[in-house]
Amino acid sequence: MSENRIAVTKTYKLYIGGAFPRSESGRSYPVVDHKGAFLANAAQGSRKDARDAVAAARKAFPGWSGATAYNRGQVLFRVAEVLEGRREQFAAEVAAGEGVAAKKAQALVDAAIDRWVWYAGWTDKVATVLGASNPVAGPYFSFSVPEPTGVVAVLAPQQSSLLGLISAVAPVIATGNTAVVVTSQDRPLPAVTLAEVLATSDVPGGVVNVLTGRTAEIAPWLASHADVNALDLTGAPESTRADLERAAAGTVKRVLRARPAEDFTREPDLARLRAFLETKTVWHPIGV
Amino acid sequence: MWEYAPAPESRDIANLKPNYRMFVDGQFVEGSGEPLKTVNPGTEEVLAEVSTAAPADVDKAVKAARRAYDRVWGRMPGSERAKYIFRIARLIQERSRELAVLESLDNGKPIKESRDVDVPTAAAHFFYHAGWADKLAYAGHGPDPRPLGVVGQVIPWNFPLLMAAWKIAPALATGNTVVLKPAETTPLTALVLAEIIQQADLPPGVVNILAGAGDVGAAVVSHPDVDKVAFTGSTDVGKTIQRQLAGTGRRLTLELGGKAANIVFDDAPLDQAVEGIVNGIFFNQGHVCCAGSRLLVQESVAEELLEKLHVRVSTLRVGDPLDKNTDVGAINSREQLTKIQELVESGDAEGAQRWTSACPLPDKGFYFAPTVFSNVSQAMRIAREEIFGPVLSVLTFRTPDEAVAKANNTPYGLSAGIWTEKGSRILWAAQKMRAGVVWANTFNRFDPTAPFGGYQESGFGREGGRTGLEAYLDV
Repeated sequence: MSENRIAVTKTYKLYIGGAFPRSESGRSYPVVDHKGAFLANAAQGSRKDARDAVAAARKAFPGWSGATAYNRGQVLFRVAEVLEGRREQFAAEVAAGEGVAAKKAQALVDAAIDRWVWYAGWTDKVATVLGASNPVAGPYFSFSVPEPTGVVAVLAPQQSSLLGLISAVAPVIATGNTAVVVTSQDRPLPAVTLAEVLATSDVPGGVVNVLTGRTAEIAPWLASHADVNALDLTGAPESTRADLERAAAGTVKRVLRARPAEDFTREPDLARLRAFLETKTVWHPIGV
Repeated sequence: MWEYAPAPESRDIANLKPNYRMFVDGQFVEGSGEPLKTVNPGTEEVLAEVSTAAPADVDKAVKAARRAYDRVWGRMPGSERAKYIFRIARLIQERSRELAVLESLDNGKPIKESRDVDVPTAAAHFFYHAGWADKLAYAGHGPDPRPLGVVGQVIPWNFPLLMAAWKIAPALATGNTVVLKPAETTPLTALVLAEIIQQADLPPGVVNILAGAGDVGAAVVSHPDVDKVAFTGSTDVGKTIQRQLAGTGRRLTLELGGKAANIVFDDAPLDQAVEGIVNGIFFNQGHVCCAGSRLLVQESVAEELLEKLHVRVSTLRVGDPLDKNTDVGAINSREQLTKIQELVESGDAEGAQRWTSACPLPDKGFYFAPTVFSNVSQAMRIAREEIFGPVLSVLTFRTPDEAVAKANNTPYGLSAGIWTEKGSRILWAAQKMRAGVVWANTFNRFDPTAPFGGYQESGFGREGGRTGLEAYLDV
């Protein structure tokens, strides 16, 4: 390749219902690296974009939650395979956005891929770990199974633009939920590239929808949206969290509160899987 | 009745080689045992020559497994082990058609079964267990589950690749290393699995596969440096192994024979039940340890059910295992065919009423026409002994309690079937069954997430699910 060759730069767009639209508002905002140099323009998602994303997520929910756990596991593992093929691109984006050295960026990308694999393996194990047969005191067979809660709005971590993002998104969809993700506001580029990976894996359109833009602008619309079942506040600016929780109460959303200084490099626990699961208990009589 | 045009799968797809070698310490090597010739039971022709292990080879394999355990596999983080096991799952999926054809050639099972059941379920087993490798602390066996070490595994000929997967996948996921011996009559797919393991770049010695007859299996299970033995096969051999390991402190799980009852109550959906009964006993030529070999029918519907059953069984196509329309393939060996014939003759002699499908059988190869015995009493050998062939024994009952008593009247306890429209009765009967797997309004369902294994003389330990991990953990 010639050293003088001018690179083709990428247009970073939203990801809604399996398509890559610009914001319906026509807005964009500049994304800069840690030194302030221009990287790209990102779409500045609007209320309308958020509502479109929720509609797409709802539409995808029956198919995704109805797929067998084995099938979801296969699909999510496929995502990890495609992620692996984009290691260099992610590392460059993480290094630029987070201001870490190339080697550290590579390590973060590797951890992110392994994290995805970790959650891919959970699809067909959650029920055996969190479900139960209940030894009720009567002639009934009673069992409890975890089920996905529905559409989850994820305010992705602001600092950890790929590892944190994947740590937040993978557990949501592993159990059969669908997601509307608001990316890190200032470091949105790995999220858009992740969307491209999802689009070229076997993840059905609408299972994950990605909005770039101002978190504080988009989040309240998701928190109050009646067709959103749960809200992950991890990336919500601290000053907005209480208001978002109050808005979520309007339709009794499940809220995953931000954990102070969550370290995404550590091996996760089940908290993010549990947060967006319902438990369904079934009773049936026993007798001739 | 319809006429079917032949629809044979091409045997070239199997990439059959004239010679197969054992897999030890990451290399394919000649064993110093007498080479064996593996035969296509569908045609009686020799498929390939396979080198077998002598006692010294077993020792080499165990040493290689020990080295791999101490130096690499036992201390590798689970998340890294997981990625190796995922690779195996994917490689099986990629080579699934080749494996399916090879399995049907070596074993005699219909191609539609090896293609739709054996191979995809084997891949699923690796896929499922790969996911456990870095989640063992969540499996409910304590906070710090540790591997056992070197595992010796001996598997039967009825599901050669699938049984290899059932054995190897959980052992690897939990951090153990493996010496596995496939059955004498069906070594080929296990040795292709060894190729896959090599392609997946597993560290040498993590999995070792030795071919040979029972003497090689005996050397594997009695080797003093094997920490755990897992055996699937006959109850007789299982008892011998349990005796051999007595007092050694070494761990053991056994998956042995069965004589499962398939109970049809008078309110059962009969057409659906007929399909389940046929699947229960004629799937894989009846070479299934959990086969529904004793049909218990409530008296009031017995005649009607038997009539429907005869009609349905008459439509089963017996023949060329590679033909995509074949329902029942070849009996795996002449030895097994002789055993089936002997037990069927005992049924005649003891006064049961034999009905045999009038289907045509090929001139060459080991075949046995689907057979249904009625008027069977509990004392007859065909009601007590595992036939391991396409032979069903039909008994009747009057009350649910009688059904339960008859179902449990066996030293075995692997599986049971229940057919009724009434949910509460399903759960009642399931509770009463002394069997490790109970299928209701279905039969012969297998899934890596669902534990499988027997009560009583059908063995102990479970394979699959969270429970199955325990067999390979020091907990």
